Amino acid sequence: MQQKGKLVFKGTAHKLGDNIDTDVIIPARYLNTLDPDELASHCMEDIDKNFSTQVKRGDIIVGGENFGCGSSREHAPLAIKSSGVSCVIASSFARIFYRNAINIGLPILESRTASEHTRSGDLLEVDFKKGTITNMTSGESFVSESFPEFMQEIINMGGLVNRTKQKLEGNE
Amino acid sequence: MMRTVFGALRVVRFGHIVKRFQYECLRAERACLFTVLCVNIVQAFLYEVHSMGMTMSEKILAVHAGRDTVSPGQLIEAHLDMTLANDITAPIAIQEFRKLGVNSVWDNSRIALVPDHFTPNKDIKSAEQAKYLRDFAGEMQIINYFEVGKMGIEHALLPEQGLVLPGDLMIGADSHTCTYGALGAFSTGVGSTDLACAMATGKSWFKVPGSLKIVLKNRCRKWVGGKDIILKIIGDIGVDGARYMAMEFAGDGIASLSMDSRFTIANMAIEAGAKNGIFPVDTRTEAYVQESMKSGRRSDRYRIFESDADAEYEKTIEYDLGTIEPQVAFPHLPENTKNISDINEIRIDQVVIGSCTNGRLEDLRTAAAVLKGNTVASHVRCLIFPATQNIYLQALREGLIETFVEAGAVVSTPTCGPCLGGHLGILARGEKAVSTTNRNFVGRMGHRESEVYLASPAVAAASAVTGVISSPDAVVK
Repeated sequence: MQQKGKLVFKGTAHKLGDNIDTDVIIPARYLNTLDPDELASHCMEDIDKNFSTQVKRGDIIVGGENFGCGSSREHAPLAIKSSGVSCVIASSFARIFYRNAINIGLPILESRTASEHTRSGDLLEVDFKKGTITNMTSGESFVSESFPEFMQEIINMGGLVNRTKQKLEGNE
Repeated sequence: MMRTVFGALRVVRFGHIVKRFQYECLRAERACLFTVLCVNIVQAFLYEVHSMGMTMSEKILAVHAGRDTVSPGQLIEAHLDMTLANDITAPIAIQEFRKLGVNSVWDNSRIALVPDHFTPNKDIKSAEQAKYLRDFAGEMQIINYFEVGKMGIEHALLPEQGLVLPGDLMIGADSHTCTYGALGAFSTGVGSTDLACAMATGKSWFKVPGSLKIVLKNRCRKWVGGKDIILKIIGDIGVDGARYMAMEFAGDGIASLSMDSRFTIANMAIEAGAKNGIFPVDTRTEAYVQESMKSGRRSDRYRIFESDADAEYEKTIEYDLGTIEPQVAFPHLPENTKNISDINEIRIDQVVIGSCTNGRLEDLRTAAAVLKGNTVASHVRCLIFPATQNIYLQALREGLIETFVEAGAVVSTPTCGPCLGGHLGILARGEKAVSTTNRNFVGRMGHRESEVYLASPAVAAASAVTGVISSPDAVVK
């Protein structure tokens, strides 16, 4: 989901590999809290101890295949979002993570070519309206997979809770 | 003339297509419009192609969405039979539920809340989360809230308590909710926000998955069971080999598999990225379900769905169960599987037998058969977790617990604790564990430089005795 009025993100890429699992994104030993800042402080710590201190607001995570595989913990996209990451691009997403990200408003895009042609430190510009990813460092541009209409509706309505609330209130 | 031609054609296999074809032709014949005939023939053909047979997953989704048919890729909203959350996922779900502006849940008998992950409370924060869940259950008068002492690991508990039935559509805020596919239900894991909305509405949205058919033939060898079968499959297709798909099991080999083995197999469908795992319902399933329904927690009737002979599968894979040997998945992915006979000596520090994957009675009986009369190696800690209170009690009555304690193992109350590195049995830097759990990701059971090797209860118990990863044949002569 895009932040309201925010359709273009520019940030530095953090390139990760295939099968980045939810235990790596936020180890289960920290799931005894709902505090987003505390979750963010442990994000990715088992593969990169310095991630939480080095990540800058607006940075972009670029994963490989099956990003977010493993547990259904919503703490995973929450930890990423709270760490300041503006969006996640991956070759493919595990299905529960994909669903959770949409539901909680973590912008995500699927693009195998963008993932393959991005290196850590590259400056990326992501345009959600056009569905494009531009690697400002290399000058290459990529088109992402588009969201199905139904998913776009959830995104446009500000997440699943808002959509459900409007339906319950009979506004749809 | 046309009647004769199509009368003869009806003997062919595609009788239903021909019948529709014939009907349209006769309509066209009466109208004497050849062009109409052609258009109608094409339409009829497209209709018949579209209404090809469905898989059991598709049928369950269709019925719950109030549709005659669904097809892969379609997005539907469907009514749910049961929902689930635990002490980790429910707190966020409750927070989101509060934002919906409703005062009550959709149905207080169709929400199961199970504090099983960090319970008995591992620390103050966990205690606060468990209390948050308990208070919500009280406020909403949730009937199927299971307190410590009555609870178990959710995916062993819900089937045992008759809360999931064949033909159900269910979601749970836990990725291993796919376990209930062993009962012929469509069951899948979701996040807390999805669950929050389901608790309010009794509905959820689904993308109809394509299906991967796995045909199991013949019977397993001694010491080989559900865990070895699913590890073998994941080793072959990879951790994203069934991503977004329904993993449907079929074949004559299923009849010989116990329900406990089927639960183990369906449980780990998610480790291949699947949306759900699903088994056909047979007499063994029905016997299990009828026993579980004696709890009286569900009074509705269950429905049995079968895949049509002409249902479409994205891929079909066959396994001769008789050729599978005990499997071990090496760190740090469940796809890193090896045959037990191909493994060189790997010294271990800990063994964990239990979890939603392998903490059922059959698993404990197998472990006891290996541990009986043997002693856990002096450098190994062997931890055994019966998955529910009922399983614990039955194991006690059968003398299994006595066997475990005599062998030098410790037996714990039901909890998910060690499986996810939550509490009890955390690994130190550099330590190695053989575990009957489902994930061996980096840091899964403790320090990020520790290692988890996934295996069956038989291999885990044998390894506990020898102190190195071992085949049960090495221990039981």
